[in-house]
Amino acid sequence: MRRRMMGEKEQERKHKVREKSMAGIKTSDKELRKVFAETLEALMEENPDVVYLEADLAGAIGTTGLFRSHPKQAFDIGIMEANMVGLGAGMSVKGKIPFMHSFGTFTSRRCADQTFLSGCYNRANIKLVGTDPGITAETNGGTHMPFEDMGIYRSFPEMTILDVAEPHLLKEIMKKMAGQYGVMYIRFPRKGKICYYEEKQTFEIGKGVILREGTDASILASGVEVAEAITAAEELQKENISVRVVDMFTVKPLDEELVLRCARETGAIVTAENHNKIGGLGSAVAEVLAEAGAVPFLRIGVPDCFGEVGDRKFLAEKFGLTAADIAGAVRKVVNKKGS
Amino acid sequence: MDFNRKEMDLLAIKIRKNILRTIASKGTGHVGGSLSIADTLAVLYGCVMNVDPADPGKKDRDLLVISKGHSGPAMYAALAARGYFDEGILDTLNKNNTILPSHTDRLKTPGVDMTTGSLGQGASLAAGAAFADQLNGSSNYTYLILGDGELEEGQVWEAALFTAHRRLTNLITFVDANGKQLDGPTDQVCSLGSIEKKFEAFGFHVISVENGNDTRQIYDAVMEARAEKELPSVIVLHTVKGAGVRKYAEMENCHSTTVNREELEAFYQELDAQADDGGKGTGKEA
Repeated sequence: MRRRMMGEKEQERKHKVREKSMAGIKTSDKELRKVFAETLEALMEENPDVVYLEADLAGAIGTTGLFRSHPKQAFDIGIMEANMVGLGAGMSVKGKIPFMHSFGTFTSRRCADQTFLSGCYNRANIKLVGTDPGITAETNGGTHMPFEDMGIYRSFPEMTILDVAEPHLLKEIMKKMAGQYGVMYIRFPRKGKICYYEEKQTFEIGKGVILREGTDASILASGVEVAEAITAAEELQKENISVRVVDMFTVKPLDEELVLRCARETGAIVTAENHNKIGGLGSAVAEVLAEAGAVPFLRIGVPDCFGEVGDRKFLAEKFGLTAADIAGAVRKVVNKKGS
Repeated sequence: MDFNRKEMDLLAIKIRKNILRTIASKGTGHVGGSLSIADTLAVLYGCVMNVDPADPGKKDRDLLVISKGHSGPAMYAALAARGYFDEGILDTLNKNNTILPSHTDRLKTPGVDMTTGSLGQGASLAAGAAFADQLNGSSNYTYLILGDGELEEGQVWEAALFTAHRRLTNLITFVDANGKQLDGPTDQVCSLGSIEKKFEAFGFHVISVENGNDTRQIYDAVMEARAEKELPSVIVLHTVKGAGVRKYAEMENCHSTTVNREELEAFYQELDAQADDGGKGTGKEA
């Protein structure tokens, strides 16, 4: 049995597909991997230069059909992520636009030097796709649970990093990725979906989206933590704490202008991410805030430790990533503001 | 273009002179592995590759990927010899704001199409470029030069599996088998065994060139590789590290070493003397 597929089927049986919608919004009835496969297919139909390279996880992300339907554009490379990134970079020099998928651990750690040199330094045009970021790796466990991927890539010059968990956002941002030159890394969970965008919502890489207005503090969140942030804000509303929620799906380049605006207009900031506290969204926001003159600030993220097996709820509680954790952090920064 | 022995040998001599001049301008650099591929670059730039020095970015050009990126000085020497840029620029190697960094960089140097420098990565980049050409139905070739020490990198073999699986006959791989790496003979650092047998096992058409510093033998190998339409070809060049200049050919370790400006004239004379004898007795014998 292949090492990365252990327990997948069992996991499917045990856990119902996660589904959630915020404020009654339901933009998609498909889980994220389905959105990925369909959007990729549409992009390949639209532009013959868009290609898809897969490192033997098509069965896991539901793209096997693309090899048959698009034999000149979709390829299973085999279990060789470092080679895959180099191939994609070489193809991009000839004008191709490769999307390359594996689990997030393997499209970051495993091929970091290839992404740096063959990709970034070579000024290639490649789109790295890392699925099941952080706790969404669930029963694949600590070996497959990237809490470090954004930290690694955030130090690579000119690289774009996207942390996504919403179907409409995933679809729209993939189109932007195909149309914009450069080395990009997107992380999203394969399974489930959490909807909080209307179909009409548009996005720009590098621009955060204010999902909810508030005056006492701002939560800047990315990926699966956005939904937790919305829940936290709803809870805090009951305590008359008014919280702005921002989807900072672009972790790099960070929307610094919006970070500073949130600091200015709400006076306190909490970040929330499904990633090590070191190196990701919280670090990026901290850098901006520290240089601008501090406001009360706390980070919600994984406390510099390794992942482990477990379901998403258990892991979120274990690593302090729940809506309650975020709400607790907001209470602290709001209190500090007053002191 | 037809092969002309005399012309190719003269071009190889010119490339060697340029290599020595380039490295002497800084005083030190990757001498050995640059000299060992001078004859291959002469053949590629002299009569094999579809390139145009007046239009380095022309769309239907062939690509050369020097995966052993530290042999940048050899590529610059060849590009200058072919007129991609003024030979005076060779004297700026590794100096501040130069367009000639120690390792090849496609954004800095006219005629360089792929950035390399982390060993093994050029193999995947070249395979990717050739794969794109295959998909596009392009008749272009991609040429790849690997070092023998570089074969210790696992990525080379990932790329080799892919190249054979996709039957990239438009990718022609050279191995500069000079038998030495930075820390000493490859046999002592990490034995490679038979390079030919390894590539054969990976599904390549293997062409072993007994004297990889002989332009005729190199040219014949390239023609054989281009005629092969079933399997991707690898040309194993048995070369001498530091070939063409006795001082370096006989040096125990010439991977990165000094070239003094005062010695240049004597080196040039030594090289000019080879114009008539095909390089016999000058350390180019395999």
